[in-house]
Amino acid sequence: MELFEAISTKINYWVYIVIMMIGLFAMISKNNLIKKLIGMSIFQTAIILFYVSIGVKEGATIPILYHDQVHAAHGDHGEADTSHGEHGAVESHEADIHINPDDFTNPLVHVLMLTAIVVGVSTLGVGLAITQKLHREFGSIEEHEILEIIKSGK
Amino acid sequence: MIWIFDSIILIFLVVTAIISLQVKDLLSASMIFGVYSFLMCLLWAGMAAVDVAFTEAAVGAGVSAVFLIATVFRTSRRSSD
Amino acid sequence: MSAVSDFPDWGDPHSPANSYRLSQGYITDTFPQTSVPNMVTAVLADYRGYDTMFETVVIFTAGIAIIGILRRYGPKDKVIPEQKLYKKEPDLIVETTCRLMIPIIQLFALYVVAHGHHSPGGGFQGGVIFGASFILLALARDLQAAQKWVPESRILKLAGTGIFIYAGFGFLCLLLGSNFLDYAILHKVMGVTPIEARSHSMLGVEIGVAFTVTAIMFSIYSNLASNGYMKEGL
Repeated sequence: MELFEAISTKINYWVYIVIMMIGLFAMISKNNLIKKLIGMSIFQTAIILFYVSIGVKEGATIPILYHDQVHAAHGDHGEADTSHGEHGAVESHEADIHINPDDFTNPLVHVLMLTAIVVGVSTLGVGLAITQKLHREFGSIEEHEILEIIKSGK
Repeated sequence: MIWIFDSIILIFLVVTAIISLQVKDLLSASMIFGVYSFLMCLLWAGMAAVDVAFTEAAVGAGVSAVFLIATVFRTSRRSSD
Repeated sequence: MSAVSDFPDWGDPHSPANSYRLSQGYITDTFPQTSVPNMVTAVLADYRGYDTMFETVVIFTAGIAIIGILRRYGPKDKVIPEQKLYKKEPDLIVETTCRLMIPIIQLFALYVVAHGHHSPGGGFQGGVIFGASFILLALARDLQAAQKWVPESRILKLAGTGIFIYAGFGFLCLLLGSNFLDYAILHKVMGVTPIEARSHSMLGVEIGVAFTVTAIMFSIYSNLASNGYMKEGL
């Protein structure tokens, strides 16, 4: 029962480690270069899964404010803007919104991972370009065949 | 209740990761990698990371699968392992 | 694997990563300081502006690298016989579907970019979707049809324009006497309150990101699909 508890509360982390090891295994042991790149992408998504799992809070919602919260602030803001000018607007903004941090998931990890995904696809593109270049030179995308061609050419 | 849904997706995630690395045909491998990305996107949407899920749906399931398929067509489709 | 038992429980609001005051501060202070409801966009484009700027530069560099690796000029020396199988004749269903879908996809991409403050979205997603619409055109017709809209010479100009817009916002702040990418000072130019200036300049920055990502995504696809010749796609 204790084991079940240990697994079920942390199932995301267990699966993250399993997926990461699958990706690492593919990067090391596969001969095909495209398989290696797929393994690299799986490794990458595993890391992203880990980060997103860290930011989850039980009972919290997506990191976007509710509609009525925004509307209340905007209505107040418009009045303050006409009457007090810029500094008054700043004060009223800070005064009338109370946001509980436990109601929203952690936005910081989302930001970090958002850029990681897009950079990941461009690294995948560079890897695929190198694969095509190798196929153009050697006529093969299998690592051991390429190594043999290089050896026999010497 | 939501953790059952999550666990099912996580199991499928591991299964698709293994299949996409084991299958000999590289075109199917790229397609199954697209499925993997889409499952990942569902999982993140369930974890309230909507922006990350949106990006993954556009990038992982859409564009990177197309890149892989383009490379498979320009090189060879068979894989030795 | 044994380290897993040391991780915090799933969904614990008081785990170290969630209770650290930086991320709590992002949640509570974002809206009062920037008037953007979507915290992810705000942190991405404003608080971590440097980060995002250089991510954009990374994508630009990746696009240049792929052009450098793959691009070939001149006539084709040998045609791989396998390619002849994919000679296409125009297909009515595919053509009509694409003609209907592509404007909707592009409209949605623009919505995602412009509405990134209030709903999930932003420059990266919108840019990828916009680039994917050109990729769809290239897949459905051929690469020539898509290159009529995004020719190769225009790709690098577009990508450069994106980074120029982003860095331009930064240097504009610098010129007006503030820190690099500190948008609050831009209210002098825009004529709104400092808080709204931050919101508006975030939109401008996202548009810059979207330009770069669109151009580079299509450039990567067209190089990969035509094996560097930029003549026929898949």
